[in-house]
Amino acid sequence: MNTSEQTYKKYADARAVKSPILKNCIWAFCSGGFICTIGHLLKMLYMNFGISEDNSAMTASVSLVFIAILLTGIGVFDNIAKHTGAGTLVPITGFANAVASCAIDTKSEGYILGVGAKIFTVAGPVILYGISSGVIYGIIYYFLTRM
Amino acid sequence: MEILMSCIKAFIVGGLFCVIAQVLIDKTKLNPARILVSYVVAGVILGAVGVYKPLLDFAGGGAATPLTGFGYTISRGVKEAVDAEGLIGVLKGGITATAGGITAALFFGLLASLIFKSKPKR
Repeated sequence: MNTSEQTYKKYADARAVKSPILKNCIWAFCSGGFICTIGHLLKMLYMNFGISEDNSAMTASVSLVFIAILLTGIGVFDNIAKHTGAGTLVPITGFANAVASCAIDTKSEGYILGVGAKIFTVAGPVILYGISSGVIYGIIYYFLTRM
Repeated sequence: MEILMSCIKAFIVGGLFCVIAQVLIDKTKLNPARILVSYVVAGVILGAVGVYKPLLDFAGGGAATPLTGFGYTISRGVKEAVDAEGLIGVLKGGITATAGGITAALFFGLLASLIFKSKPKR
């Protein structure tokens, strides 16, 4: 009995030492790649409908945002994200999930200071620093090209 | 066949963006919110130095769908606005280019909060 327990422990340790990072990375790669492929196919589909390339790219993103928010609302997104990790976080779906889950979770605090304010918990920093780095780039670009 | 090839490229490039983030989450103290902010800023910088456009041409949705694509769209919007309107474009380009995505996320988020109830965390 004792030996078999020890053998089992050795066996388990040998398996456990493989840090979950490899597993996490494989999940992230496959799920992230899958979402990006859907985004890619949606864009081609919209271009087939005669929508301009820029607008097709935007509409594809908006479609993924819609799907992600719907899955967040019915409570499925979190269960998927537990396995996929960065695979669902890094595509635009992660941004959409953050927006929707913050909004839904703060409903009880009211629609102005609850939903209205907390919907920006993650979206706020993303937009703030994205736009701000864009402004800095714009100023540098202006002076590099005009001076 | 061409579609299949472009899908494989999108899959691999998009997957790699996610793997980088996964390693950062597992190995550093970066939480998901910081990852998202870093990716957007990285997208702006990569767009600014001209690296992201070739990547986008190569990988399509694989580069457009990760949040770095959002950052790239900001930098492209700013660049186009500055080309067209000069310094005033600095203030307009970023939001204009990303208006659709931001508006959709916020409005759908509001709708979701009206329709759905918070689920207890399992």
